[in-house]
Amino acid sequence: MEPFRRLSAPALALPLANVDTDQLIPARFMKAPRSAGYGGFLLHDLRVDADGAPVPGFPLNHPQATEARTLVARRNFGAGSSREAAVYALVDFGFRCVVAPSFGDIFAANAVNNGLLPATVPEADLEAILALMGEAPTTMDVDLESGTLAVSGRTFPFSVPETWRAKLLNGWDDIGLAQQHAAAIAAFARDRQRAHPWVIPAMSGPAAVPPQAQIPRPSPTQS
Amino acid sequence: MPATLFDKVWDAHEILRGADGRSLLWIDRHFVHEGSFHAFDQLRDRALSVSRPDLTFGIADHYAPTLPGDRSTIGDPRIRSMVTQLADNTGRHGIRLFGLDDPRQGIVHVVGPEQGLTLPGLLIVCGDSHTATHGALGAIAFGIGASEVAQVLATQTVWQTRPKRMRLTVTGRLGPGVTAKDLALTWIARLGADGARGHAIEYAGEAVAALSVEARLTLCNLSIEGGARCGMIAPDAAALAYLRDRPMGPAGFDFETAAETWAALKTDDGAAFDREVTLDGATMAPTVTWGVSPEEALPIDGRVPDPATLDTAEAARQARETLAYMGLTPGQALTDIAIDRVFIGSCTNARLEDLRAAAAVLKGRRSRVPGVVSPGSTAVKRQAEAEGLDRIFTEAGLAWHDSGCSLCVGMNGDRVPAGERCASTTNRNFKGRQGPGARTHLMSPPMAAAAAVAGRLYDVRDLSGCDL
Ligand code: SF4
Repeated sequence: MEPFRRLSAPALALPLANVDTDQLIPARFMKAPRSAGYGGFLLHDLRVDADGAPVPGFPLNHPQATEARTLVARRNFGAGSSREAAVYALVDFGFRCVVAPSFGDIFAANAVNNGLLPATVPEADLEAILALMGEAPTTMDVDLESGTLAVSGRTFPFSVPETWRAKLLNGWDDIGLAQQHAAAIAAFARDRQRAHPWVIPAMSGPAAVPPQAQIPRPSPTQS
Repeated sequence: MPATLFDKVWDAHEILRGADGRSLLWIDRHFVHEGSFHAFDQLRDRALSVSRPDLTFGIADHYAPTLPGDRSTIGDPRIRSMVTQLADNTGRHGIRLFGLDDPRQGIVHVVGPEQGLTLPGLLIVCGDSHTATHGALGAIAFGIGASEVAQVLATQTVWQTRPKRMRLTVTGRLGPGVTAKDLALTWIARLGADGARGHAIEYAGEAVAALSVEARLTLCNLSIEGGARCGMIAPDAAALAYLRDRPMGPAGFDFETAAETWAALKTDDGAAFDREVTLDGATMAPTVTWGVSPEEALPIDGRVPDPATLDTAEAARQARETLAYMGLTPGQALTDIAIDRVFIGSCTNARLEDLRAAAAVLKGRRSRVPGVVSPGSTAVKRQAEAEGLDRIFTEAGLAWHDSGCSLCVGMNGDRVPAGERCASTTNRNFKGRQGPGARTHLMSPPMAAAAAVAGRLYDVRDLSGCDL
């Protein structure tokens, strides 16, 4: 993964809250292999109307939107499903950073795994940042080393969990990091199975359907 | 030192801590589905193999056709290829697959507990956010993204930062007609869709203890809708009774040994949580969503908000936009909202008890709108048919389908047409979740059944003669 240190590039305002992963990429586009490129699916159903025409005034339809590398949105960005495709859509569109007051946990982890920085700023700062940005992409400096971003001459601190900061700064790859501990993993697996043989699923026996009939009927107070 | 249930299970899976402070966790169970192909592609690109196929299970659910009929022929080639791709990937790596023709097939979060793959004290992951469901039996279970799925496939481990701990205590007892779904929608409405972000929830209290295991699965399933990383409930006698004699779970002596270990799986007295929230279950009512986030939920006797009365301009703007999408008028009574169709299904609410509860309302009645019932698993379907529930649904005018995610996510081609309004037992009312332009109202199975009978959102407690 390519390290992330500084980003000085146009930022686009998407002043919406609760932009969930179903909006970031509607489910019907998720059959495509990654190599097909996911940028065109980003926020598809907000971006184009039922006839496929661009929705006028939607931020992503701004003529300079494709130059933006940072997206600024309101709270709870990326809530919802674990679909990493939501991050692929952002990254393939060109984004390397999303600034918001809060993120869905799984989304944020997926973002970091793809070199996309989820930068958290307090709600009040986010509103101030939005106020400084116009509809057109505005230049923003995002400095991961100092944990600050600058827009229109004002600087704001942002936070990102220390572990993710280190991972982004160094471009670490989790599979590689885990493989360095192969011996410890193997020993752990052996010990766990020895101490708790029941953790290994039963392989043999009938491929029976489970004893549903044993589930008691709900009592009146439980229904 | 006194420890929480969550910490006990986490610590038992921590292989080591990395230089960056993250834990390298051992994974006991890993479920993959059609959507996991990105992870398999990553393995292929890096020439890696699957480390523990014996702990990995493939299940066809997200793209499974649910229209009754021959499941081996899927018309849409792109959907068919999603299902065959899963079979190819699992076959290549020696992973057991519960495919469309397997009697164990169903929605992953219904199948895991049902087959005895979900056990107390395990660490379970799946590339699906509703993996939190499995925590109802005292496991740590959370959803992961494709890159993490690839790591688990390759190493049977995942790097994670320990989340904060939150205890949600629900005192009192839920009233008749008030279900685990209502409990979940209530807390999410009060705390917000990101109210538990960064936290692992332990559900506790009298109302939770009184829930059946199936209802607990519903409650934990919805943890993610309140932003939590996972939800869990300490295993008790009810959990033990549920776990006994599951096909792939421990049996005989193994079960007794396991049960001894499980007895320690509870939060010690005096263990500290980062956050404590207490709610009164006795005051909760059947609850439905009116908007496009699970936090936009209200008791059924409520009215949709009037943007003019909201505190901030931004809140008003957002409410106006939501009302426009949902086709609602400010201040409208929830029970005045007419529906176009009903869907009873999903990993949230399609277990046997859910179908029984919906059938109890529909018995001898007609649905005023078309609708679909899709059982959570093929085994649930069989059992429901043995009990005659399918006939109650079809006699009420609803379609009885095969098991799969179906209208919960619309990946298999099932859609709610644009502009139509669906009373749904699923978990997400996001814009377009059930199809572009679809309007979703989340509710419990009995409430969805009541809405079907009334043709509008309706308080199931007002239907006469219902055995709630
Ligand atoms: S039923 Fe819905 S929420 Fe559950 S696994 Fe399937 S798509 Fe996900």
